Amino acid sequence: MTRARVLSPHVQGWLLLLPAAILLVTFTHYPTAATLHHSFFSTAKPGRPSAWVGIDNYRAMAEDPVFWQVLQNNLWFALGTIPASIALAILMAVWVNSKIPGRGLVRLSFFTPTVLPMIAVANIWLFFYTPGYGLLEQITGLFGLPSHNWLGSRSTALPCLIVVTLWKEAGFFMIFYLAALQSISPHLHEAAALMGAGRWYFFRRVTFPLLMPTTLFVLINAVINSFRLVDHIVVMTKGGPDNATSLLLYYIYDVGFKFWDAGYGAALTLVLLAILAAFAAGQFLFLDRRVHYQ
Amino acid sequence: MPARVLETAAAWLLGMLWALPLAYAVWTAFHPAQFSTHFVLRAPLTLENFAKAWDAAPFARYFVNTTLLVTMILAAQLVLCTLAAYAFARFSFRGREIAFLLVLVQLMIMPDVLIVENYRTMSRLGILDTLSAIGLPYMASAFGIFLLRQTFKTVPKELDEAARVEGAGMLEILWKVYVPLAKPVYVAYALVSISYHWNNFLWPLIVTNSVSSRPLTVGLQVFSSGDQGVDWSIITAATLMTSAPLLVGFLLFQRQFVQSFMRAGIR
Repeated sequence: MTRARVLSPHVQGWLLLLPAAILLVTFTHYPTAATLHHSFFSTAKPGRPSAWVGIDNYRAMAEDPVFWQVLQNNLWFALGTIPASIALAILMAVWVNSKIPGRGLVRLSFFTPTVLPMIAVANIWLFFYTPGYGLLEQITGLFGLPSHNWLGSRSTALPCLIVVTLWKEAGFFMIFYLAALQSISPHLHEAAALMGAGRWYFFRRVTFPLLMPTTLFVLINAVINSFRLVDHIVVMTKGGPDNATSLLLYYIYDVGFKFWDAGYGAALTLVLLAILAAFAAGQFLFLDRRVHYQ
Repeated sequence: MPARVLETAAAWLLGMLWALPLAYAVWTAFHPAQFSTHFVLRAPLTLENFAKAWDAAPFARYFVNTTLLVTMILAAQLVLCTLAAYAFARFSFRGREIAFLLVLVQLMIMPDVLIVENYRTMSRLGILDTLSAIGLPYMASAFGIFLLRQTFKTVPKELDEAARVEGAGMLEILWKVYVPLAKPVYVAYALVSISYHWNNFLWPLIVTNSVSSRPLTVGLQVFSSGDQGVDWSIITAATLMTSAPLLVGFLLFQRQFVQSFMRAGIR
């Protein structure tokens, strides 16, 4: 009789889970708790150790105009990327799903940005936006428009980053819609055609509602991404000009690793965690449903 | 049908628009600098930009680092997630439900956002600026555990019991019954993990500080933002070079990639 048989399922289960649990606790649960803890302490400086400061970090945050600006930027970034990428993804999926000639190539073109590193994407687009020299300037120049520093001016820098994100993400979301579209029964189409429903009417009343679970799922992913991905900001604008493109995570990176202010960084991280936790509720509900239906 | 034609044209237009940035990068990288924004059909093709980029920064070392990193993370993920998923799928141990919920927390609070505290931990462990520091936070992947648990649950219990009757131990059953049946899921997970960690940037940027540990993405950033004298053709060549393995892999195994990303969607 092997030794494993003697162990109760309780012990066996925990032993199997143990290696993963240790790493998860060390790098997810502990840092989450530590973030909360450290957000109530000042940052250690030479000759002055870290000390309890109560809610001082949060008070500083409330009075920090950059924090509010960054939060606002993140909101605009989310509003700029999420609905547009969902709309584009649906459009792409519908086109790629219909029997147009060369749809393989079109699908390839839509999906390819997904496999590129964000940092490579940012490098390519940086060149694209270069004042006086980049492709965008060449095109606007053809129409006789004046030269414009796209990434260097407050009004256009964030929209430029939104375009880059759309380019990278829409094709990724497309594949989920494509899968959903392919699971819609062709009989529905035939029935609608018999009743003389137009294509747009059919899409609005049948296809779109049937795509709702996918939309919900894509929405959650897009929201998380808008708070998680700042690689392109490091490459393209470094948060500038004048913090116009700094997002919350990028600001945390700035505070934590350029100003080395770990206490304030912890307080900012807690805000980010709170935002993500708010969406966590949504995702758990959604995951639960998925599990149920299987 | 004119509507049909119009739609095809629109789809093609958007497809071309989507291909444009990458096509532009390819043009710039494969032509001499004076043609980088000058589109003439007879512009001479050249590989010189790639050669220059390769010589200007230790890209060979970066390639080795990224390959080691990605392999190390994937190997650890496969082992850890398989064991944990097996526990969740087939053992009713005390505290299982709450433990599973605690695992799922990582789906939302990813290591990507815990940079300040994880940096502190790495510094305390004395492993800053090493490949392990980049990889450790990602090795126990909630997504992997979740995906494999779902798969293991679909394995008929009869197979499990039959193996048990024949005297197979717990790990033997896992290895001989569950793992082979989950093969497609492993492939999907591996592709997603490789792409994610090949492309990951912010955390490696923070914890690495030298050529010996920098992955490609960070190396590319250091290279392209460093010297003022580097010209765009060379940077673009370097950019394509660092993305090439994934890009080529994707072009060769398109279907597999798309399906894997789709499965991985349930994050």
